[in-house]
Amino acid sequence: MGPKAIDAGRHPNIELLTYSEVEEVSGYVGNFVATIRKKARYVDHTLCNACEECVKVCPVSKPDEYQMGLSSRRAIYIPFPQAVPCSYILNMDDCLGNNPIACGKCADVCEKKAINYDDEDELVVREVGAVIVAIGLDVYDPTEMDEYGYTRHANVITSMEFERLICAGGPTAGHFVRPSDHERPKRIGFIQCVGSRNPKIGRPYCSNICCMNTIKDTLLLADHYPDTENFVFYQDIRAFGKSFEDMFQRSKETGTRYIRGLPGDVEEDPETGNLVVTVENTTQRGGNGRSGLERYELDMLVLSVGVIPPKDLAKISGMLTLSKTSDGFFMESHPKLKPVDAPTRGVFFAGFCESPKDIKDSVCQAGAASSRAGALLNAGQIQIEAITSRIDEIECKKCGLCAKICPYGAITWQKGEVATVIEAACAGCGSCGATCQFGAITMRHFTDDQLLAQVRAILARKPEDKVFVFACNWCSYAGGDMAGISRIKYSASNRVVRTMCSARVSEDMVLEAFRCGAPVVLVSGCHYADCHYINANRQTVVRVQRLWDKLEKAGVRPERLQLEWISAAEGQKFAKVMNQMEELRKTVTIKEIEHGREALKPKPKKAAKKKEAAATAG
Amino acid sequence: MVSQPPIEELRIGVFVCDCGLNIAGAVDCGAVTEYAETLPDVACAVRNKYTCADPGQNEIKDAIHKHRLNRVVVASCTPRQHEPTFRQCVREADLNPYLMEMANIREHCSWVHPNDREAATDKAMDLVASAVARARFLQPQEELTVPVSKRALVIGGGVAGIEAAIELADAGHKVTLVEKEASIGGIMAQLDKTYPTMDCSI
Ligand SMILES: Cc1cc2nc3c(=O)[nH]c(=O)nc-3n(C[C@H](O)[C@H](O)[C@H](O)COP(=O)(O)OP(=O)(O)OC[C@H]3O[C@@H](n4cnc5c(N)ncnc54)[C@H](O)[C@@H]3O)c2cc1C
Ligand code: SF4
Repeated sequence: MGPKAIDAGRHPNIELLTYSEVEEVSGYVGNFVATIRKKARYVDHTLCNACEECVKVCPVSKPDEYQMGLSSRRAIYIPFPQAVPCSYILNMDDCLGNNPIACGKCADVCEKKAINYDDEDELVVREVGAVIVAIGLDVYDPTEMDEYGYTRHANVITSMEFERLICAGGPTAGHFVRPSDHERPKRIGFIQCVGSRNPKIGRPYCSNICCMNTIKDTLLLADHYPDTENFVFYQDIRAFGKSFEDMFQRSKETGTRYIRGLPGDVEEDPETGNLVVTVENTTQRGGNGRSGLERYELDMLVLSVGVIPPKDLAKISGMLTLSKTSDGFFMESHPKLKPVDAPTRGVFFAGFCESPKDIKDSVCQAGAASSRAGALLNAGQIQIEAITSRIDEIECKKCGLCAKICPYGAITWQKGEVATVIEAACAGCGSCGATCQFGAITMRHFTDDQLLAQVRAILARKPEDKVFVFACNWCSYAGGDMAGISRIKYSASNRVVRTMCSARVSEDMVLEAFRCGAPVVLVSGCHYADCHYINANRQTVVRVQRLWDKLEKAGVRPERLQLEWISAAEGQKFAKVMNQMEELRKTVTIKEIEHGREALKPKPKKAAKKKEAAATAG
Repeated sequence: MVSQPPIEELRIGVFVCDCGLNIAGAVDCGAVTEYAETLPDVACAVRNKYTCADPGQNEIKDAIHKHRLNRVVVASCTPRQHEPTFRQCVREADLNPYLMEMANIREHCSWVHPNDREAATDKAMDLVASAVARARFLQPQEELTVPVSKRALVIGGGVAGIEAAIELADAGHKVTLVEKEASIGGIMAQLDKTYPTMDCSI
């Protein structure tokens, strides 16, 4: 990868901002505006020639993150020799002080005068047409799985630490030794699926790369130290890719023993630092027909740790209104047909953050994402779906409520003025349309007339048998699609009407469903923090709560109106909710339905309505 | 917002898709088509084997001309998959794409109610009635055209981000590559050799 990184660093078309984070992204497809914080490095990388004089004088010693804490670094350091950009960085949290009296040694010796203790963060703004999200993975920390003794036994290490210990550029210059006594281990065990395929710790998925990584490790050991004995404890070996089976067979030929079964716990011999594992080998049957319990004494144990979604996933997700699957990785637009598109138009995924995958698959996906993004950039111009909001100047009563609740700030309004929509900034969620009390807002293609007509049509025949559902396009409706794609069966009583956002559903639409005889009405949207329209579904909550009060006052059981959050990945949940709604429907009597029809009839009292609107606006 | 009674005479065409047996296996598509004919302003109702395939799309286009249709309802799969397909289809027959509406009788119906033909058919009828009712109020819409900024943002400088940035840059696009750490490289920078070829990671 080194050459690729160098290419990226010097490509005339690439602006490389390292030690930087995207703080905010606004705008929409083709017209995103990103605010990026370039954190202070305190070393000017255009001046630094990596001479290393500073490192020699820095008195600070801290665990080196690159070496997984197996060696130390200074407060001023280069992350690793092949770093791009090849420049030092000063970690101000570790530095003794930017006050020359406290230290200041590095600046004294820097001939290039590249060190600047007063360096400050800088904010840069970039207008971009497309965004590729490639924030990768985090490695599972096995501390919580105490049975393997990672924090208690010195010679239990993770597969990530293994990488550093076997690497010529690592803390031991590639001499593979065990941490307790720096002796070379002869009998090495690997435990697979640590932090993967384990619903008990909330990580049910396969991490994809760890079986092959262990096979690779056994081959490396056999190559460097032919006298080591390797033992791999596994549930299944997943060696499904091109030339993977071949590697697996080669590993077995080196004498590596594969034992099917995961150890229950790991004990340490306090004298020798050796580790004793007991495992039920499920491929061996004892005389009584039960699996055989086997005991292994090992010099070292490597935990083949799984991979988890990157720490910043939620942050980036919020910025770009993305969603995630139940495993916690990013959710793609379609699992087969749009695998690199995000649900937000103009955003694409590359690499691990979308799902666990190896380098080859990450590179392939990056190619796909860049070709999708490239097509968009090449287009020069694009069409925005005509689902935006329009305000009728005559009907508008200038209350400004719509401008206050618009998640995009796409409506401008000043006291005493008619509100106006900036069409290019409007995403079409429809919260304003459902909020305006004066009927001044038309949501193009999701008008009140259209949605009310759907309510009436669906409930024209045998309404008492039906559960009426409003589902948002991005999450709950998509969750219904997911149930369909996964062929999850559920009760057939529901009838779904799609809106772009649950916030589009007005009070009147819900009441109309009851007036038409719906026993149960469900409003469903994206999970609270995952709203596709930033936070429009807060309006949904406010509205449903207000409706519950109204129903109560009218003597209608408030439970007949339900609110549920269902994500696009939650086909199972969609099915479950539909079954629950059917159970609820069965409890609603014809008498209740008839009462509701009458009690919720609109009372045309204009003055009262106006007063109420003014109150909410204030 | 005030109810705008459609000015012109409404002529709605309904196209009910079998999707092979994907829909027809669980829903009585014949009955749904017959039911669609009885709905207000429906000028014709047609059953197709695969509406999204060329013959199916041609049937829609022909019907638009033959029956002077000014609204189209396609009862097939989720609009999240084929709405662009059918919008384009009606556009090719000189109908504004926003005058097309879909009823999802596959993902939301046949695939999830495979064992109760009667209930699935009844549900499909309601979904078609809903789409037809909505179609009566559809209005032609014009899409806003906006320019595209000529730069891409890549967030994350691991092997995936690096590769994506280089490919875009090689194709002549400007790229801003943002990496949170002091160097790009990601996890690969920390690996020794990598499978399946056992070459150096960095
Ligand atoms: C122990 C181990 C061994 C492995 N061995 C192999 C192997 O032998 N062969 C193989 O094919 N694969 C192997 N893999 C898998 C391989 O590491 C991944 O496929 C690859 O690293 C994925 O690349 P990526 O760019 O998606 O993610 P990463 O490598 O994780 O890169 C993501 C980058 O994004 C940055 N980032 C994160 N958040 C932000 C943010 N908010 N803003 C800006 N930047 C951000 C990170 O700092 C990082 O640089 C192994 C993985 C592990 C854990
Ligand atoms: S790749 Fe192998 S070790 Fe990793 S989670 Fe899957 S089965 Fe377990």
